[in-house]
Amino acid sequence: MSVVNLPLKDEPVDGRVLPLDAAEARMFRRPSEWRIFWEAFSRDHLAVGAAALIGLVCLISALAPALSPYDPTVGDNALRLAPVGTPGHLLGLDGQGRDILSRLIWGGQVSIIIALLPVTVASLISVLLGLVAGFFGGKVDMVIMRTLDVFFAFPAVLLAVAIAGVLGPGMLNVMLSLTIVLIPYISRVAYMATVTVKSELFVDQARVSGARPSQILFHHILPNTLSPVIVYGSTLVGILIVLGAGLSFLGLGITPPRPDWGIMCSDGRNFLSVAPHVSAVPGIMLILVAMSFNIVGDGLRDALDPKLRR
Amino acid sequence: MLKFLVYRVATIVPVLFGVSVVVFLMMKLIPGDPAEAILGPAATTEKIEMVRKSLGLDQPFYVQYVRWLWKVVQGDFGTSIAVNVPVAQLVWPKFWNTVLLTAGSLVICIVIGLGVGIVSGTRQYSWFDRISMSLTLIVANTPAFWLGLILMVVLALYLGWFPATGMYSMRASQKTFGDLIHHMVLPAITTASVSAAIIARLVRSSFLDVIRKHYITALRAKGLSERDIILRHGMKNALPPIINIVGLQVGYLMGGALFTEVVFSWPGIGLQIYSSIVARDLPVVQAAVLVTTFVFVLVNLGTDVVVAALDPRIRRA
Repeated sequence: MSVVNLPLKDEPVDGRVLPLDAAEARMFRRPSEWRIFWEAFSRDHLAVGAAALIGLVCLISALAPALSPYDPTVGDNALRLAPVGTPGHLLGLDGQGRDILSRLIWGGQVSIIIALLPVTVASLISVLLGLVAGFFGGKVDMVIMRTLDVFFAFPAVLLAVAIAGVLGPGMLNVMLSLTIVLIPYISRVAYMATVTVKSELFVDQARVSGARPSQILFHHILPNTLSPVIVYGSTLVGILIVLGAGLSFLGLGITPPRPDWGIMCSDGRNFLSVAPHVSAVPGIMLILVAMSFNIVGDGLRDALDPKLRR
Repeated sequence: MLKFLVYRVATIVPVLFGVSVVVFLMMKLIPGDPAEAILGPAATTEKIEMVRKSLGLDQPFYVQYVRWLWKVVQGDFGTSIAVNVPVAQLVWPKFWNTVLLTAGSLVICIVIGLGVGIVSGTRQYSWFDRISMSLTLIVANTPAFWLGLILMVVLALYLGWFPATGMYSMRASQKTFGDLIHHMVLPAITTASVSAAIIARLVRSSFLDVIRKHYITALRAKGLSERDIILRHGMKNALPPIINIVGLQVGYLMGGALFTEVVFSWPGIGLQIYSSIVARDLPVVQAAVLVTTFVFVLVNLGTDVVVAALDPRIRRA
């Protein structure tokens, strides 16, 4: 049963007839936003599958201490570079004889956090900046948006590498550089949404009925700027997983022996001709997870935009 | 059109000014004193003071900035700490190598992106469309550094079709264009991969948009051939957003080339930035970032002007 097409009073629901008053209550009660969203999102099977994959990877990474079959930092030199499918080592071993599956599980923690946290922090800051600039306009708008234009002028990858390089290696520094790189992009999305919503009739109506500016800002405009930011953000997580892994690949990210998927790709570079699986396996993981975030982003976009709901 | 051009050129002046401030401050925010770094831990306080004075580090920030900017405008980026040659001498040749690589990848991006996009967009839900759209989704999320490694393993190490690293053969007596192209194939494909996939997807949706317009139906009713409709009439309206995204991708290619250059040891500006970061040679990083960003801003300007020239609606806005 779809919430959009609410049942007529006497129509049987789930094979039985609802008591009249309950059906009536149902008819006039607006389904919750979550319900509407879920109805639309769950129809996109690909997006649901991708979300499930992300959930699974996050769960396994979070439970790494319990699930990881071996210590990710200790190697077994006798089995160095053993291929995929070696008994006891499903995904083989790397150049230092470390179990690749274990490193993949532990590495997931770093690779996902390195992308998720900057997107979250940058989104919070950007929504604030975009909201303030878009709502107040004038000088405030100019100062905020023109400053962000400057950061927008840098090629993103270059800026991330330069900031991470200047700050020096370390997980915190990488996340800081990624956050700085993201802010101008997300702010623009939040700003555009705010400016568009600001000129809608319902905002005028709120103003006419005497709502305070803070009420208009937080009750009427903020909820409408959030959904484009969430959609954009979820796509960005995928891009950032790849970029964050790239920084680690360059040696600008976290410091060994702690594994992350980017470092694992880089570890295999010296054994490409003899044991390509050392680099290939973490790369496939990166693609799968990044792609899943992308698909979820598309699904969210379709589900959150009433015009695109099928 | 002239008014738009003047306005658009005027907007990049404050942006470039801001970029120079950010690049300058970025290097100033690094912990540690450059004078101490140059002299080493055994230096006396007087000596450090002396070097600080000779570098102008005792002056206030804005004086240092203006001095630095004045030199940069004249093409003087200072001296490399690691190899002790003028930074400009180090950076320019590398920059041109990156331009070559970017140009090569751009050609691949446009050919593959436009080709796949147009065919997919005009044959929606055909097997070609389904396969190519699944492939572009995968490629768009593939880390360039990883794809580079895989291409290197398969096409260079196993099959031996292409050289694995560098820009020219070590043994060749002179640098020929054919040799350059042969070395460029793998790095260019690697750099272009993500952008080509993004362009293909965008071209497809841009065409899907246009092809449903009434004027296309009218042309069909008039009896024009499908080829004429797509290439002559559809293209015209689908093109502005495509040029826009291609322009954006040029900047992405220049940044993304960094990973490719590191993987394939392509002697470009990205590899230079990387090795300078490792060597903590900051004047070189500063100059390289500044030059690349400057070009990126100009490319974006060029894109906007071309789009405006094609689409009168944007000019008036």
